[in-house]
Amino acid sequence: MNKRMSSLKLQTHYSIMVIPGVLWMILFNIVPMTGVVMAFKNYNPGLGLWKSPGVGLENFKYLFSMSDAQRVIINTLIIACSKVVLNIVIPLAFALLLNEVTNMRYKKFVQTAVYLPHFLSWVILASVILNIFSLDGIVNQITGIFGGKPVIWFSMASYFRQLVIGTDVWKEFGFNAVIFLAALTGINPNLYEAATIDGCSKWKSIWYITIPGITGTIVLLGVLGLGNVLNAGFDQIYNLYNPMVYSTGDILDTWVYRIGLVNLQFSLATTAGLFKSAISFIMIVVSYWAAYKLADYKIF
Amino acid sequence: MVQSKTLGSKIFKVFLYILMAVLTLSCLYPIWYAFCLSISSKVASNSGMVTLYPVGFSLRSYTEIMGDWKFFHSFWVSIQRAGLGTVVSMLVMILMGYPLSKTKEQYKPRNILMWVVIFCMVFNGGTIPWYMTMVNYKMIDNIWGLVLCGGLPVFNLILIMNFFRNLPQDLEEAAVVDGAGPWKILFGIVVPCSKPVLATIVLFTSVGYWNEFFQGLVLSSGDKHYPLQTYIQQMVVNVQAASMSPDQAKLMNELSNKSLDAAKVFIAMIPMLVVYPFLQKYFVTGIMLGAVKE
Repeated sequence: MNKRMSSLKLQTHYSIMVIPGVLWMILFNIVPMTGVVMAFKNYNPGLGLWKSPGVGLENFKYLFSMSDAQRVIINTLIIACSKVVLNIVIPLAFALLLNEVTNMRYKKFVQTAVYLPHFLSWVILASVILNIFSLDGIVNQITGIFGGKPVIWFSMASYFRQLVIGTDVWKEFGFNAVIFLAALTGINPNLYEAATIDGCSKWKSIWYITIPGITGTIVLLGVLGLGNVLNAGFDQIYNLYNPMVYSTGDILDTWVYRIGLVNLQFSLATTAGLFKSAISFIMIVVSYWAAYKLADYKIF
Repeated sequence: MVQSKTLGSKIFKVFLYILMAVLTLSCLYPIWYAFCLSISSKVASNSGMVTLYPVGFSLRSYTEIMGDWKFFHSFWVSIQRAGLGTVVSMLVMILMGYPLSKTKEQYKPRNILMWVVIFCMVFNGGTIPWYMTMVNYKMIDNIWGLVLCGGLPVFNLILIMNFFRNLPQDLEEAAVVDGAGPWKILFGIVVPCSKPVLATIVLFTSVGYWNEFFQGLVLSSGDKHYPLQTYIQQMVVNVQAASMSPDQAKLMNELSNKSLDAAKVFIAMIPMLVVYPFLQKYFVTGIMLGAVKE
């Protein structure tokens, strides 16, 4: 049996290997995609998906004329874009600060602890966060010391977005900092030494050595963030919001869920979902292209 | 290195160490808080007396949970889902990742397949078409529904493929000379050489399955079939988040049992905490592979 396998035989083996994956992909990724035709039809459960009458772009016209839709798109953009920016800026600041910690055991301990929330689900975290911000929670106890009136923080439309963005940044900063910390270790320590000998201050060496050394990583993360401009975080908001904060906190995904699976307006919900998918698709393609051009990064 | 010991740098150092301590504590606090609430007495928990340490020690919440078969059933559903899901998706990804790591000359349909895979990564049909497909497939109240409904884990598949592709070619060539077929090469050489990346993806996949709640919610006809996160979402979070006036909130507070809820939440955290040491050992490699490919 010491003969090399013929190319044809090898191809057959390779094809057998990909079968389970291809089946999974066809049945659970591609078949659901065909359902987007619902966005161009007036869906009638009695007739089924393919026999329901087509309505062209009527669903889209109706969608964009709704004040609800405009509101959720604005909310989505505000929340998602703030998250994209702050989830780069805050972890970067944290990584730079942590890098200044000289006690290695302390540094390791901090690093290990801060990415713990990333691995806890929003269901779990929401149950704790809602407690902390509840009427007799610790936040109200603290504001009470300074004479603040107790409020249910997550029922206040004017605070909701800030709280959502803040808790998301808190959950993810440790995890996101890992990439920056790794990039920081890639900077040649001799540069710092030379700078110190030349009388360069700490801040100057951060500005002239550290920042340029990790610009590539920052650009890359910023560009890849483009793909998320309509991803405001369904899991988080679904677990934290309530009807009192719909005006500022309702996002595309939660709205699609409610009009589709709660109110059973399938066509309208599919239309809104398709709108999101199409925009996201374009943004992701653009972001990959830009990441390749600007940072020479290839995902595949 | 020359150390500057000015007053300013000392103050900065103190400030830095305190800031890091505060951030660290804030990240550990949710676990500690859930634990404290769960072992405090019901009265103390409901009246908001528990903030930093347990008040009125009591294990009643845990004894109460012992009799709650729905909770344990959900726990069991989640264990099954995470176990089955991890095994199935790892196997599928390894099997598919290997041929995709070949060049077009070695495996002809490689590039076409790759484009389809990437298309699936960047586009999806949205929640409603997905849900209706799952209903057509009779995936409601079905453990396989919970395992398969998310579709092929494309991103992880690409990570695995990239890793396979960067393995030294000599290893495989030597095996081919020795007469090893593709299956033997894959499971005898490629997989053992990829242990760190596969371990990372096993951990990420199992945590992903464990933490998922939405599919569990819409693919279950009733609370009998919920996975654990969905159970907690429905029994604990949904009740908390419901909009109410302060008076209603007070009434709600008296009827609720924060201790019991916290005990459920804490138990749901335990598997996470158990795998965490392994997670943090491997995951830095994992993220680096995903984020900044060399």
